[in-house]
Amino acid sequence: MSHAVEAARPAQTSAWHMYRAMVSVGVVCGLLIVGVFQATLPIIERNKAEALRSAIFHVLPDATTSTTFRFDESGGFSVVKGESAGMPQVYAGYDDDHQLVGLAVEAQGMGYQDVIRLIYGYSFVDETIIGIQVLDSKETPGLGDKIENDPEFLANFERLDVSLGEDPSALARAIVPVRHGNKTHPWEVDGITGATISSKAIASILDGSAQYWVPRIRRNLEALQGGE
Amino acid sequence: MAASTKSSTDDFIKGLWKENPVFVQVLGMCPALAVSNSARNALAMGLATAFVLVMSNVVVSSLRHFIPKEVRIATYILVIATFVTLVDYVIQAISLDLYKALGAFISLIVVNCLILGRAEAFASKNTVARSTLDGLGMGIGFAFALFSIGAVREIFGAGSLFGTQLFHDRFQDWVVMILPSGGFFTLAAWLLLFNWVKQRRTKTQGDSTLALSEGAAR
Repeated sequence: MSHAVEAARPAQTSAWHMYRAMVSVGVVCGLLIVGVFQATLPIIERNKAEALRSAIFHVLPDATTSTTFRFDESGGFSVVKGESAGMPQVYAGYDDDHQLVGLAVEAQGMGYQDVIRLIYGYSFVDETIIGIQVLDSKETPGLGDKIENDPEFLANFERLDVSLGEDPSALARAIVPVRHGNKTHPWEVDGITGATISSKAIASILDGSAQYWVPRIRRNLEALQGGE
Repeated sequence: MAASTKSSTDDFIKGLWKENPVFVQVLGMCPALAVSNSARNALAMGLATAFVLVMSNVVVSSLRHFIPKEVRIATYILVIATFVTLVDYVIQAISLDLYKALGAFISLIVVNCLILGRAEAFASKNTVARSTLDGLGMGIGFAFALFSIGAVREIFGAGSLFGTQLFHDRFQDWVVMILPSGGFFTLAAWLLLFNWVKQRRTKTQGDSTLALSEGAAR
């Protein structure tokens, strides 16, 4: 009986043939990916640097030049020359007269789908956030991605209050999200209907980052003045 | 010779209309509904999928005698995933904005059943030339279908096509068309149109065959 069953079975391919096919296809595919990765890497890096530059000038509309500063908890701000990965950094914007007009700060946090990365402009004269731009997000197309281009939502960040309180190490009032149409104070973020989680995420990312950076920037304004 | 030209034209043409991947086979619905909120996104997604489809068809068909049937699906997925990764890098190099707009859906081309379906059903059994034509036809058909959905949704939902405003300022955008439900509405409308045209054609053909046979009987 068992002989009959075995005889009916089609001939098995040897393991060697299977390994040969999978491994050789895998190796060729791997080489192809590495090749294209290496070839496109410089272009992608250049695109990203260009996008960051245009984002800095987008959130600091009065700036014409910018300098990157690195922050060290013990030594304060120092100018970055070349690449410095891993250190927290901010971008100081200067006008034509080399006067500091504001700072662009990168921040990130969890959105609805994945991490949202954004950059915002901080004006130390008005003590407000004067603009944001989302650099990286995978929010739902048509809903969550409104955080990037919904004019009503972006209007929140033309004058968002981030002034320091009595205690100069924290914001006077945290940035809080409110339901759409209920914004009454300059530190509130008017949400988007249909993108509640994404718009709340932006408010919390900004709050987290501003709570950290604004006190440190204000303490070290002089070091930032002479960047250019 | 004539027969082979006809069959290769058939391989190409069938994907465009008669066996259109979206409107007839209803395959690859996830990207068709998710990234068709504007004509540009839809076309980019369609072309990216078409590229992966053609390349995977070419590779699968040229390796069809080399890949044992037990490991064929794993190998096909490996090939498809490689091309998707390449497309992912190339799109990032071409335009970061486009890459941002297409989001996670580029990586999801790997699991688009259209591509694995063509590899398994066609490329693994046919010559490289026929598989290339099949991939081209299906790919262009898919891109065309996505573009049709994307264009309609963008025209109604944002009053524009490829970002160019078409209507007067007073045009009220149908926001629902940009939202996911708009994708379903538009797809349903296209399917309705496709089936109506198909039914009419069968009916006319049926009528003419009937008339012919009646004529012959007389």
